Amino acid sequence: MGRYFLRKLGIYSLTFFVAVTVDWAIPHLMPGNPVLTLMNRLQIQDPRVAQHVYHHYMRAFNLDLPLWKQYWYFWVSLVHGDLGTSILQFPSPVTSIILHAAPYTLGLLIPAILLSWYFGNKVGALAARRKVLDNSALPLSYALTATPYMWLAILLSWTLAVTWHVFPVGFAYDPTAIRGLSWAFVGSLAYHWFLPFMSLFLVTFGGWAIGMRNMIIYELESDYAHYLEALGAPQRLVRKYAFRNALLPQITGLALVLGAVLAGSLVTEIVFSYPGLGYQIYRAITNEDYFVIQGIFLFIIVGVLIANFVVDIVYVIVDPRTRIGMEGGRS
Amino acid sequence: MSAVAAPAAAPAKPVGAVRESLYFALRNRKLVFGASVTGAMLLFAIFGPLFARHGPLAYGGDLSLAPTRHGGYWFGTTLQGQDVFAQFVTGLRLAFIVGALGGGIASAIAMVVGFTAGYRGGIVDEVLNMLTNVVLVIPTFALLLVIAAYLSVRGILTEAVFIGLTSWPWAARALRAQTFSLVSRDFVDLARLSGRSSWQIIFKEIAPNMSSYLFMMFILLFGGAILIAATLDFIGLGPSNTISLGMMMQLSVQNAALQLHLWWWFLPPGLALMTIVGSLYVMNVGLDEVFNPKLREM
Repeated sequence: MGRYFLRKLGIYSLTFFVAVTVDWAIPHLMPGNPVLTLMNRLQIQDPRVAQHVYHHYMRAFNLDLPLWKQYWYFWVSLVHGDLGTSILQFPSPVTSIILHAAPYTLGLLIPAILLSWYFGNKVGALAARRKVLDNSALPLSYALTATPYMWLAILLSWTLAVTWHVFPVGFAYDPTAIRGLSWAFVGSLAYHWFLPFMSLFLVTFGGWAIGMRNMIIYELESDYAHYLEALGAPQRLVRKYAFRNALLPQITGLALVLGAVLAGSLVTEIVFSYPGLGYQIYRAITNEDYFVIQGIFLFIIVGVLIANFVVDIVYVIVDPRTRIGMEGGRS
Repeated sequence: MSAVAAPAAAPAKPVGAVRESLYFALRNRKLVFGASVTGAMLLFAIFGPLFARHGPLAYGGDLSLAPTRHGGYWFGTTLQGQDVFAQFVTGLRLAFIVGALGGGIASAIAMVVGFTAGYRGGIVDEVLNMLTNVVLVIPTFALLLVIAAYLSVRGILTEAVFIGLTSWPWAARALRAQTFSLVSRDFVDLARLSGRSSWQIIFKEIAPNMSSYLFMMFILLFGGAILIAATLDFIGLGPSNTISLGMMMQLSVQNAALQLHLWWWFLPPGLALMTIVGSLYVMNVGLDEVFNPKLREM
């Protein structure tokens, strides 16, 4: 088991190393002087400001140093938690922008992933090999999982918020509310959180329900299920065993869908002007604020690696076979 | 396009098996439904632009016009007076191009990596497996964001290539497992004894035995590439000088089309994406049932 975790940690360290290198290399790989390209695109009128921004970029990229030294300094500042300074929100450091935005994104992502996983698996397991439920739940799940995240967000926002005024159109809380730990403020947060959460939840839910339904059908066709049936075991017991076996690939699936749900949360935030990482990325892209984009990329990488590791641990806890002779072949 | 071709054209199968697959394919409602909807959307993408009377980016129509039969503005106009129908059909075409190219590149990489790792085994497998795991763990969408943000001119081809380069790992892993299960079979040993080269064995003996699997993998990668491209475009990193379905949604949100109730602007692009990807998925389930008798409805 120790070997299993060591192997996993090896892969994650390698991934982190590759990601940081790519993050550093992209501005250097682009043809020409990236700083001049940036300056052209920023189109700053005031020459004094332009001079200042130019020097800021030159120093930030360390472009006057040899390449290996630039790369080394990139790691040094990364270890010190320095991801550069935002141009748009000068002089806030990128790290503080990320730390302010991240709670909103995590507050959407974590409940959406966990709840959709739970309910999707339940519904999928119920629907398998049950004509009526299967014929209604399955097409709906396919429609949901094929829906682009931003479109469902647009749909919910247009109907429930803009047209019927059931929910607020955007933002994380009522701007007139006093921030603090009062019931009114927490209520306002929850009220604004609901629609973005719901649109993430629904799309993700569809995928889990389909996955579980298909897995259960495979399991019900397997030898042990037929054997149980032949012994005269009640249908409920057979389905219970099938469910437990079908759950394992769904846990591995948690790590696999993470990237897709994350992309979904970024665009959902844009639709609802929800001040998380997606909204910050959008602002950074439309305003060419490169350090913010690169910083958020690194933050996402670290978050995804941690989440993957958590899934690995859960898998070992849930599947007793991994605890006995796990060689690390399965992941 | 192969997405609508008859799936039973698997080589190296006896005639009876082909005919049997075809029989079940035509009787499978999911497959017929999925394939015809995808086919209809494809026809729309190919011939739709011929009917557009205005350029997708041209201004000049009445502002925020609701869908009308006059002047060719069948889908209405945007806040700035652009023809939504022209934008829609252009975007539809781009979606199929990105899907085919991105899905195709991803399938090709997945096949090379999966077959090689599964057939060779040993140290080659270890290295390729490590590579697959690294790309699998990296949140590729975030990676695409950083790359696209630094490109000064973004084209539909670069977008498709980058999507293809990042979305292959799960498919490669599945193919590797499938190849493992076939490598030790007698017919592969026989081919090896008769002195065939590794690539001949892989493409003439192993690949045909999972042709249905390969086809279904391509369909999933195709649909995935369309969704990833739409998400990238929505975040503001779409191709320059043209318009895609994702960009239509981005512009409508940016211009407060929701608050102005310009539903003809933001409903069609998402609905089209959902229809294409959904019918591809349904088609895939149908194919699965045709090739895997255990799953057929009883």
